[in-house]
Amino acid sequence: MMNDFDQVALLLLILVPLAGSLMMMFMPGDQSKESWYFAIFVAGISLILSLLVFFRYDYDAGGFQFIRTYEWLPGPLDINLALGIDGISAPLVLLNGVVLFGGVLISQTITHRIRDFFVLLLALSAGVFGTFAVRDLFFLFFFYELAVLPMYLLIGVWGSSTDFGTFLRTKEYGAMKLILFLVAGSILVWIGILALYVEASDNSAATFSLQGLAQLSESGQFDETFQTWVFPLFMVGFGVLAGLWPFHTWSPDGHVAAPTAVSMLHAGVLMKLGAYGIIRVGMFLLPEGAENWMPVLISLGTVNVLYGAVSAMSQNDLKYIIGYSSVSHMGYVLMGIATLDNVGVGGAVLQMVSHGLMTALMFLLVGSVYHRTHTRDITVLNGLASRMPVNTFFFAIAGLASLGLPGLSGFIAEFMVFTGAFRTYLPLAILAVIGAALTAVYILRLLARTFMGEADERWADLTDASPMEMSVGGAFVAIIIFIGVWPAPLMRVINVGVQTIPGV
Amino acid sequence: MTSLSDNLHLLTPEFALAVLAFLVFAIDLFLPEDRKGYLGWVSIAGLLALIVVSLVMLWGEEESLYDGLLAVDDFALFFKVFFMGMGVFIILTSMDFVEDRLEHRGEFYGLLLFSILGMNLMAQSRELLTAYIALELLSFSLYVLAAYAKDDAKSNESALKYIIVGAVSSAILLYGVSMVYGVLGVTKFEDIAAGLAVASEVSPALWVGVGLILVGLMFKISAVPFHMWAPDVYEGAPYPVTAYLAIGSKAAAFALVLRLAAEGFVPAADRWEQWQIILAVLAALTMLLGNLVALAQKNLKRLMAYSSIGHAGFILAGIAALSLDSDLASNGVMFYLVGYSITNLVVFAALISFFNMTGKETITDLGGLADHQPFLAAALAMGLFSLAGLPIFAGFTMKFYLFTAVANEGFLWLAGLAVFSSLISLYYYLQILRQVYIEPTPASDGGGDLLEDYPALTKRTSLTLLTVLGSGMAGIIWLGIYPKPLIDAIEAASRAVMS
Repeated sequence: MMNDFDQVALLLLILVPLAGSLMMMFMPGDQSKESWYFAIFVAGISLILSLLVFFRYDYDAGGFQFIRTYEWLPGPLDINLALGIDGISAPLVLLNGVVLFGGVLISQTITHRIRDFFVLLLALSAGVFGTFAVRDLFFLFFFYELAVLPMYLLIGVWGSSTDFGTFLRTKEYGAMKLILFLVAGSILVWIGILALYVEASDNSAATFSLQGLAQLSESGQFDETFQTWVFPLFMVGFGVLAGLWPFHTWSPDGHVAAPTAVSMLHAGVLMKLGAYGIIRVGMFLLPEGAENWMPVLISLGTVNVLYGAVSAMSQNDLKYIIGYSSVSHMGYVLMGIATLDNVGVGGAVLQMVSHGLMTALMFLLVGSVYHRTHTRDITVLNGLASRMPVNTFFFAIAGLASLGLPGLSGFIAEFMVFTGAFRTYLPLAILAVIGAALTAVYILRLLARTFMGEADERWADLTDASPMEMSVGGAFVAIIIFIGVWPAPLMRVINVGVQTIPGV
Repeated sequence: MTSLSDNLHLLTPEFALAVLAFLVFAIDLFLPEDRKGYLGWVSIAGLLALIVVSLVMLWGEEESLYDGLLAVDDFALFFKVFFMGMGVFIILTSMDFVEDRLEHRGEFYGLLLFSILGMNLMAQSRELLTAYIALELLSFSLYVLAAYAKDDAKSNESALKYIIVGAVSSAILLYGVSMVYGVLGVTKFEDIAAGLAVASEVSPALWVGVGLILVGLMFKISAVPFHMWAPDVYEGAPYPVTAYLAIGSKAAAFALVLRLAAEGFVPAADRWEQWQIILAVLAALTMLLGNLVALAQKNLKRLMAYSSIGHAGFILAGIAALSLDSDLASNGVMFYLVGYSITNLVVFAALISFFNMTGKETITDLGGLADHQPFLAAALAMGLFSLAGLPIFAGFTMKFYLFTAVANEGFLWLAGLAVFSSLISLYYYLQILRQVYIEPTPASDGGGDLLEDYPALTKRTSLTLLTVLGSGMAGIIWLGIYPKPLIDAIEAASRAVMS
């Protein structure tokens, strides 16, 4: 029976949220709670599926597993829905399952057009699952775009504007900026895909299959000039979604304006799509181009780390601090990828998972604070610890993971990235370590201002996180600690995937 | 030599369509005013019957009629079915509007049927003069339709502009035909190809002749710099006619251009390479200008006019990429035409439904639509996302297919520009969605709430429009997720002209 499951596992993984989204469109009653229950049900099945897929991935065998190919458009274009996951995508599939389920669970705070919210949220997560689970360039791009498309409405309709006193950052602004940046990035990706297809169809049968293209790449179909010319299209195009400096500016504005569940998914999972794209398309298909461009990518990644950290230090809005910290942490991911060293790249993938968990947790907790206090200004908030002990504890764990405390997931990931970088680009590695120290500054500043000190009497009636938020947050904390203490199960899978990247 | 009447039965659908149109005019004379609506249903029933008849009778047929003037092949059949199907949906879309806002309701449907006949013949023509006559049949019906809101000054102005520009472009086209005939002595597409191929040095007169034909046709598909008429005509014409202009007449013009290029020019390989560059530049200008100017529009019809100019640019890029080596580009053009028409139909049906309720047509009037008409809002969102080229909708697959074909023919820069133009278009489509989903309901002209002045806004959309929207949305998703059945039909049609 489980073998039958393996046959359709990935198809189900994509179809369950997609069909759930489509079915929900026809559910009556836009305001009813039933939509939420239904979304929990769908997200729950997705979580179970992603758990099964992750744990049934055989890391001894390695390579792509759960392979299944459905004919879609044969003939001159040769596009097929080819499914399969390897050691790099398996943990990310699981990450999406976890964050989606958590995000849906704590979304009872959505009270306006409940149904539409979950329709879009589920469509988005179908896109994310799809991107991780396909082995075809067309479908990778298809699902990648699907994951980006609902963001405009999710932020524009359910988001919140931020008043800075002198000026207002509206949610419409955040939403439009985000979507235009991301779609501009995907234009570069699209052009890159077209260039790849045209080059591949020269003297051989054209294809969009990632495996077919990788074989062509191995046989020298893409010469170095071509690779050097096309790789930056993918690096920058996917990089935009990964928060690559200087194209990161959509990220803080977008995350701040988004509602909690969307921030969780977007910072937690969607930004990883960008990094994943660089690995899956850029490095697998264009290894020589990757090699030539890695000095640039690692430099930009270092700027990400430092720039994000310095920006986060000077923000007073909780969400902006976390938004910039995401920019900073994605810098480690980009650096790790750019080391082209198996420890470094492995660290980058682990950092994707680790950052996905901790940033989702932080957005969850900020959402919980904001829902009760209606402010995110750390100059106004103080002493929340006495009123919200559990929330404070969780936040401390997430913060400590983010500044790389040993025993939590962030430490191992960053340590591996540093190791990789020390082997390859020593000066930049030193700068990145300084960045990690800066992280401590802004995280401790945030914790001290918001949670420590004397509680304002305004917060006298403040209640702690709701049971739902506590259980979701607790689960996240448990996973963060688990990975920090015993990363081996995860690393085994990741290493199997990283070894297959050409040139690493 | 075969007798002219040998294969005449193959034209049954055309004869029947003409009879149907005359019949509608005739019955109209005897129907009392309150029953004129029946004529719409008669037309729909007739068109549906003709679709079935055409499919049964002409599937796989490979014939030339009247000594090669008209083709009966899969290409013609594909477009015939497509046009008549569109006709059914356009009539469904127009019914409420015609009932409430227009006079001479019976003739409206008769004229529509005549225009569809013209479109069918355009897809079948293999000869310049036949093509010209078919084109004029379509154009004359459209001139009248554009002027149909007879008490509306804008509609009259629009029709007048349309007639003048249309007549001038027809004259240019005809002059071009005469010059080509003067040099080569032929007007059939295949003979032109043969003439071009052997002419060691193409005479200036031939260049001018072909150039003039090109200009005439560019007017019809509103390619830059011959697009000026489109926004004014689109804005003034009655709403369903605007939809028809954007969907039907554009597709028909492209069907003609596709066959003319594929049979008349592509086979003359060396010459075609020169024309390809000219077409590519025109396509680039068209997509950029259409999408850029659309950014500044406030009126929905004008916006859709510029948007349709932008899309014409994409399709023209596909025409420029036609080649003897591969059918990819012609497949792409046909796929795009179908996907674009269905998507546009949904957008227009939603806008027309809104217009029927309020009589308003600027973007800001749509504020708060999602609150009182969630279904219309969803349809609009789906349509606009599809036009912008996002998955899981038709727009993504059709753009991907077409742009891949363009890039594959060596026009990577053009494909890149097309992708970039899509980004621009996303911005203005999102501006509409922003009104629909994010902004509150605006005040009406009287200062009150729009809802109070237009109680119809809280009512349900009429059944006819719901049919259009529902099937259109299903079509958009179907083409976005699994276009293979359509692509199979398209490949057969492509083979017929790209031999």
